[in-house]
Amino acid sequence: MIDVQNLSKSFGSHLVLDNISEHIHPGEKVVVIGPSGSGKSTFLRCLNLLETPTSGSITFEGREITDPKADINAIRRQMGMVFQHFNLFPNMTIRKNITLAPVRTKLMTQAEADDAATALLRRVNLEEKADAYPAQLSGGQKQRIAIVRALAMKPKLMLFDEPTSALDPEMVGEVLAVMKELAEEGMTMVVVTHEMGFAREVGTRVLFMDEGHILEQDEPHAFFAHPKQPRTIDFLSKVL
Amino acid sequence: MIRSLIDWLDSLGPRLYTAFIEADRWKLYLQGLGTTLELTVVALVFGVLLGLIVAMVRTAHDQQRPGRRKNPLLGLVNALCQVYTTVIRGTPMLVQLYIWTFVILRAERNKVLVGFIGLGVNSGAYVAEIIRGGLMSVDIGQTEAGRSLGLNYLDTMRFIVIPQAFKAILPSLGNEFITLFKDTSLVQAIGGMEMLYYAFTLGGRTYDFMPPLIGIALLYLAVVIIFTWLQGKLERRLRQSDRR
Repeated sequence: MIDVQNLSKSFGSHLVLDNISEHIHPGEKVVVIGPSGSGKSTFLRCLNLLETPTSGSITFEGREITDPKADINAIRRQMGMVFQHFNLFPNMTIRKNITLAPVRTKLMTQAEADDAATALLRRVNLEEKADAYPAQLSGGQKQRIAIVRALAMKPKLMLFDEPTSALDPEMVGEVLAVMKELAEEGMTMVVVTHEMGFAREVGTRVLFMDEGHILEQDEPHAFFAHPKQPRTIDFLSKVL
Repeated sequence: MIRSLIDWLDSLGPRLYTAFIEADRWKLYLQGLGTTLELTVVALVFGVLLGLIVAMVRTAHDQQRPGRRKNPLLGLVNALCQVYTTVIRGTPMLVQLYIWTFVILRAERNKVLVGFIGLGVNSGAYVAEIIRGGLMSVDIGQTEAGRSLGLNYLDTMRFIVIPQAFKAILPSLGNEFITLFKDTSLVQAIGGMEMLYYAFTLGGRTYDFMPPLIGIALLYLAVVIIFTWLQGKLERRLRQSDRR
């Protein structure tokens, strides 16, 4: 589904991603873990070109998105993204947050989008918040809204950038539950997270990144039971 | 001392009568106030439109993705915008008005029209910087969220960034309105018939400048106070989405 070839990214003279090649298949739930500064968020943000790669190519469903002529807006419509800090639009009601993009990109009419928003809000049990503003919601509620806002575009792939890192501990569960449900429905997901339980339970593959490289990867049970690289063993011993 | 104070108070009534009531002169002040308000509003609308364009060009230019080839047209327009803000903000308003009147628009007889242009172009430069600051104050995550949903640059600006920036810049924009409102008095110097022009003329005609000048000073003050009150109301209304 996504094919990454020789991806490098540097900010100034600081090399954040060093020649990464990776393939993500449809239906996979890839969990990216690693110490902070290892480049995992940058890797994720390169996948929908929120960061422009310094070199290398990324292909999404046969189209090269790193090609300067690629229609980046059309490609992004098919990839949902959820941010650490939710990034809900504070100037709009929740309903408007969800319906803005589908309506403006002509995916749906306003009426269709309103119906879709109602259905999506029901799914995360936040129907009664449709006319509230983001400032009136808790962190966990905001993140659940952010997830369904991305889903309203009917994406083929969902990218999660540390979706629970900015939440109070008691709200982490409700967000992970929504993500887990999404995974069970077969959504292709790439998740950058520090939630090892989630990686183990939901992930189909775990990537461990360090200093701009994918150091090690495996199916979660084997990954957590028998890490091979000393750096991975060291990291896991600290977080588990 | 007390004698002269009493004399002064005694003469005040006739002086006020001569300045404002005799020959229906109060109508002239109101006429001047009308022109003053017209100058303010037209120049502000003009300035905001100009400022918005300049600010969007400058922001779009500064936000071009690094590593990609820069858009040369955008580079050129950006340079023009920078020259514009630098020149306008670096020269006195009155000098600009004189240049418009005696150099650029020498043939134009309608001095109020010249005032519209001079004030509007001037205010555009300040508004551009205010708006640019507002656009930059909106968290980059907002733009990223809009773009990641597949919205294009203009839609992201229009629905997400600009409304939030507008709320942030409203106090500075109100301040600009007040400054501009008072700066319209400079149009008197190029012969535009606004409030100060009438006060000055009537002062000359009646050989008494005190009542007309103090009178219009109070009028300016009253308009500013009313405007400040309206602005406060609008700000409270826009804060609606912040309540918890």
